[in-house]
Amino acid sequence: MDKLLLLGDEAVAQGAIDAGLSGVYAYPGTPSTEITEYIQASKEAKGRNIVSDWSANEKTAMETAIGMSYAGKKALVCMKHVGLNVAADAFVNSAMTGAHGGLVVVSADDPSMHSSQNEQDSRFYGKFAQIPVLEPSNQQEAYDMTRYAFDLSEKYGTPVMLRLTTRLSHSRAGIIRKEMKEQNKMSLPSDLKQFVLLPAIARKRYNTLLAKQDAFAEEGIQSENNILIDGKDKSMGIIASGIAYNYLLENFPGETIPYPVLKISQYPVSKKVIKSLYDQVESILVLEEGYPIIEEGLRGILDEGKTIKGRMDDTLPMAGELNPRKVRKALGMETPEGYAIPEILEGRPPLLCDGCPHWDSFGALNEALTSYSKGRVLSDIGCYTLSALPPLNSINSCVDMGASITMAIGAAEAGLVPAVAAIGDSTFTHSGMTGLLDAVNKKAPITVLLMDNATTGMTGGQDSAGFGKLENIILGLGVEQEHVRVINPLRRHHDDNVNVFKEELAFEGVSVIIARRECIQTLARRMKQKHAKKETAAS
Amino acid sequence: MKKDIILAGVGGQGILTIATIIGTAALSEGLQLKQAEVHGMSQRGGDVQSHLRISSDPIASDLIAEASADMIISVEPMESLRYFNMLNTETGWLVSSMNPFKNISNYPVVEDILTEIWKLPRYVTLDADKIAKEQGTVKAANIVVLGAAVPFLGLKYSSFEDAIRKIFGRKGTYLVEVNLNALKAGYDFTQEKLAKSKV
Repeated sequence: MDKLLLLGDEAVAQGAIDAGLSGVYAYPGTPSTEITEYIQASKEAKGRNIVSDWSANEKTAMETAIGMSYAGKKALVCMKHVGLNVAADAFVNSAMTGAHGGLVVVSADDPSMHSSQNEQDSRFYGKFAQIPVLEPSNQQEAYDMTRYAFDLSEKYGTPVMLRLTTRLSHSRAGIIRKEMKEQNKMSLPSDLKQFVLLPAIARKRYNTLLAKQDAFAEEGIQSENNILIDGKDKSMGIIASGIAYNYLLENFPGETIPYPVLKISQYPVSKKVIKSLYDQVESILVLEEGYPIIEEGLRGILDEGKTIKGRMDDTLPMAGELNPRKVRKALGMETPEGYAIPEILEGRPPLLCDGCPHWDSFGALNEALTSYSKGRVLSDIGCYTLSALPPLNSINSCVDMGASITMAIGAAEAGLVPAVAAIGDSTFTHSGMTGLLDAVNKKAPITVLLMDNATTGMTGGQDSAGFGKLENIILGLGVEQEHVRVINPLRRHHDDNVNVFKEELAFEGVSVIIARRECIQTLARRMKQKHAKKETAAS
Repeated sequence: MKKDIILAGVGGQGILTIATIIGTAALSEGLQLKQAEVHGMSQRGGDVQSHLRISSDPIASDLIAEASADMIISVEPMESLRYFNMLNTETGWLVSSMNPFKNISNYPVVEDILTEIWKLPRYVTLDADKIAKEQGTVKAANIVVLGAAVPFLGLKYSSFEDAIRKIFGRKGTYLVEVNLNALKAGYDFTQEKLAKSKV
């Protein structure tokens, strides 16, 4: 077969299709979005009726996938690392129910926080749930390990996590496909109470999960995902996991690495394989992308064994992603210096697009708030978070999906009246609706600016779950009709919009101002497609 | 054969198109490649870069090591400064457009930026917007910059032409022609510069 040039994300997607997938469930989030998008665009996936529309959030995605697994089919769940926090309840408990049809959870971490609010390491979640975690180091492994993950999941009746990091997710390389497997037929678990986590059953299930742990560790050796590569120089051994292995190789171009190397791409890691390295070397250097999970385990609490080097002793910095140079330094090799970066260079942070409706929404809000003291706008996660930067300087928080409304309630209850919540349409249906119900029940004096641009903009314009339903949702949650206002965020309506904000800020109860105008990016794309269609029709 | 290339610019300026063309050309010559891209939030008018690695041997890292890039190709002058530390000081070439993209209030004086670039031992700077306009559209400025970089990439010129035909083909013959001309104009610019420096 020809090589396909695929992003790491796309390699996972193709691997899942070829493994006999029946459904992918996801909420968009950088760097995981392209997995689902690839399946949505795949003709093969369409031909196989693979379900691939977006879920309202990561928790609903995870639960839907558990449901598909219960009914015997293979399901993939994809999210960014912080999305796993949202899905955590379902995720951790899926380890207890176990899987029937293959169940694979992809969590894409973002060390160095290129597009995220933290750099949490999903491997800890895998360990927490006590399920196998796979960590590919390149695009081919991403493809192969996705297929393997489904096999492993069905062999042990367990969900399996696949952990990616930004540089693998968003880097392209050639991959070789293998044969396409059949999809599963619907079937139910032989024990119809397996998924009922009543305490009496959960206790049994937990013992079942615990009993699998040794086999999980042994699988990492059998699969050769954890493999010891011999080296002559025993003064140091190296443990390299996931993508860190590439950075190690990069520093020995065309030559063999002189030290014994343990390449780790599967967890839990067998004690046996660690010991086979430990016993033959004087010290160990641990290279891992993310938190020092292997290193911490190796040191133990007392850290009285052989010398261990890694992130915890500053051989490598604790924060930020690895790269070839950092690894080279850790190896004690000379690092060449490039040209100095000229001092006149300025930063160029991302900006809201020209013509973006958020400019006008915040322009009006800023003006309406001039008569109040500063610091009243609790915001959320989306393109509009960029309004924190000059020239708008509009918002005062961005914590997690949906936190704008609930934080506004808390701030209002502390005396900050009026408090404003600024949230986008997709974030609102992801995690804002329940908070709005709280606000209604408490009659909290908050004003919600709901920016409805009819898409999930920041991740590239995916469908928004609440499209066309927002007023009904808001009214259904109990916001009074006269305090649900709709404005058109355009410069020519600026004065009218300021007045609407002023009126609702003055109201001591819950009001929702829907600022409705399509995202300029999706609009431009739509116009282009329309234009292209016309041209085709004309010719 | 191995070329490590940093592509630099501002979100929306078309550096991924350059990467795709070089990648397609490299694959057509049977080379391996890895290409790390920037997706997500920073695409919105912020600085973007791509690490493109092509080689006749397997490539390990998705990221290029500091001080080891064979080339910086930048479609914006200030953005080329951001990656000075990546360039190999013994062999590396910098090819950059001289046309600033000013979407920040503290954008430096353009002459100062060019002065910094011109301190390097190996560079090509060109008015890519003007050259692109002469070929029909300023939108092809990124392809002009690519053309100017072609002499240093170690691939056949015809491979780039074929790549452009393949990538722009479905968008119509006009776009193919414009981009082929833009590629040629950039290529000629560098060839002239190299010829002069030999005299």
